[in-house]
Amino acid sequence: MSEKKQPTKILDVKDLKVSFKTYAGEIQAVRGVSFDLYKGEVLAIVGESGCGKSVTAQTIMRLVPSPPSFIKEGSITFDNKSDITKLSERAMEKIRGSEMGMIFQDPMTSLNPTMTIGKQIAEGLIKHQGLNKEQAAERSVEMLRLVGISNPEGRIKQYPHELSGGMRQRIMIAIALACSPKLLIADEPTTALDVTIQAQIIELMQKLQEKTETAIILITHDLGVVADMAQRVVVMYAGKIVEEGSVDDIFYNPKHPYTWGLLKSVPRLDLEHKSDLVPIPGTPPDLFAPPKGCAFAARCPYAMDICLQQDPDKFEVTNQHKAACWLLHPDAPAVEPPVGKGGKVHA
Amino acid sequence: MPDNILEVRGLKKHFDLGKGALKAVDGLNFEIRRGETLGLVGESGCGKSTVGKTLIRLYEPTEGEIVFNGKSVSKMNAKEQREFTRNMQMVFQDPYASLNPRMTVGDIIAEGIDIHGLYKGKKRKERVLQLLADVGLNPEHAGRFPHEFSGGQRQRIGIARALAIEPQFIIADEPISALDVSVQAQVINLFQNLQKQHGLTYLFIAHDLAMVKHISDRIGVMYLGKLVELTTSEELYANPLHPYTQSLLSAIPIPDPDVERTRERIILEGEVPSPLNPPSGCPFRTRCPHAMQVCAETMPPMKEIKPGHITACHLY
Repeated sequence: MSEKKQPTKILDVKDLKVSFKTYAGEIQAVRGVSFDLYKGEVLAIVGESGCGKSVTAQTIMRLVPSPPSFIKEGSITFDNKSDITKLSERAMEKIRGSEMGMIFQDPMTSLNPTMTIGKQIAEGLIKHQGLNKEQAAERSVEMLRLVGISNPEGRIKQYPHELSGGMRQRIMIAIALACSPKLLIADEPTTALDVTIQAQIIELMQKLQEKTETAIILITHDLGVVADMAQRVVVMYAGKIVEEGSVDDIFYNPKHPYTWGLLKSVPRLDLEHKSDLVPIPGTPPDLFAPPKGCAFAARCPYAMDICLQQDPDKFEVTNQHKAACWLLHPDAPAVEPPVGKGGKVHA
Repeated sequence: MPDNILEVRGLKKHFDLGKGALKAVDGLNFEIRRGETLGLVGESGCGKSTVGKTLIRLYEPTEGEIVFNGKSVSKMNAKEQREFTRNMQMVFQDPYASLNPRMTVGDIIAEGIDIHGLYKGKKRKERVLQLLADVGLNPEHAGRFPHEFSGGQRQRIGIARALAIEPQFIIADEPISALDVSVQAQVINLFQNLQKQHGLTYLFIAHDLAMVKHISDRIGVMYLGKLVELTTSEELYANPLHPYTQSLLSAIPIPDPDVERTRERIILEGEVPSPLNPPSGCPFRTRCPHAMQVCAETMPPMKEIKPGHITACHLY
């Protein structure tokens, strides 16, 4: 990360481990995740269901109920405050909604159906910025205009059920950004939307980010959205980061076999030829009892003996591109990566 | 046997809501050729799933004719109807809701076999095991219950059930949208292999255009209950004619940062109008960047602009 261009570090997550206690045992949802985030940056966390991407993000905001979840290890430094994992719930309430905002996947269920849109936006403004009702209502109208909702004076009196999915997601964005947070976590913000509406929402988020320089953590499984929005990418598998780098590193020079697998299993709309999809065989491991070695080894076509024995370290490809794979060890056999520039898939 | 396994003429499905009719499907004409995969795409509420459910007669069509293997479905006698239901099967979107949780996988797969009395006893068991093997599951899975399986495995069970009575034609309604990316590819490859092995014809309904392009020979695009464009999948992506198809294609983000940096996107204004109160004339005119006077007056007819490329737009 070039310190000159982006001097302000907003977030520093170090060796975060989050588990859930259940009757059947302990689910190790996040197993040692470290990353950082700078002002004005979009960092995408990609991975499949159950890889721990949402738990990681929700832990930053402390939204995972505890119990059953608990932070086993690790620290989160936010905006140069000391470790926020140690903060009390009351102290977290001050940060949440004012300095950190969140957009959830499902705009149908994440708004309060019994409150008007205006009240829901004003709630945070009154609580965190000490505005009175009139000021908050005025600011709510401004926010609605900012997220591209027509007739905002009328809309603030409406209830969520009177709005479409795309509009509700715009409201969510307005609520999340109302107090100008330093960090915005967007958890699958467009997954529930149709593609033409998705395009509108992505455009809106990009425009707002240019204006506000909010740092965004974008959680998604859609590699197209990642290529469109993110500058840096973290690929997660079974609760760990397997690869991280710039979007160009991840799409054009990926090093981890799981990243290769992800890129090979999505069809490309823009390519003339139809290449066969290459699925990743099998399913992710059981996080009640994660494997001793590399969690991906059982599904990896390149797995070696050591992969089953010992979890690989992170190897540096460049100073910002790292991958946790034994293939990058100097003694490992050379493997020709099956994906190359422009999404071309080699046999 | 005729070249077209299925012909649809003037198909309408309206739902009476008391305060007016919801025109979910409003006058569709198309045919599906034997052995091909026809993709049907469009956004939520465009009526694509209703088309599938009406074709398989889960809904009674309001108007129009469905011709299967050269015979009009509404004129079939009881025996022909049985034959028809055996030849057309469906794979559903939600692998969690579409399998009976109280039946074993073996019984779920064999339900059609039992109803049609195809195999009994040892033969039935052999057939179930064969089907499990065909879709990449193990023999011991026959005795288990649906909750013991992952989403991808459940979708394989759904496919095995559809295959059990050796249909000619399968309607797949969003069969992969509930699955993870790496598992989607597994299921799509399974669909394609089964098509080769059994000479199946598919109607593949989905909103993921990249996946539909990958699996389909031809693609139909729907908007607000109407078919707006129909052509081969290569032609549709290389040369989309209808303004809705053009914007739909440009809205999809491509997993390639360089492409995304340079791409011009057509971003549609507003949202899909309510099907309860659709716009006059062409349903897309309220969001169309090229809308003209005539678009508000009449619905453009489906016209063949180039051989094999049909669209309904006043621009052509």
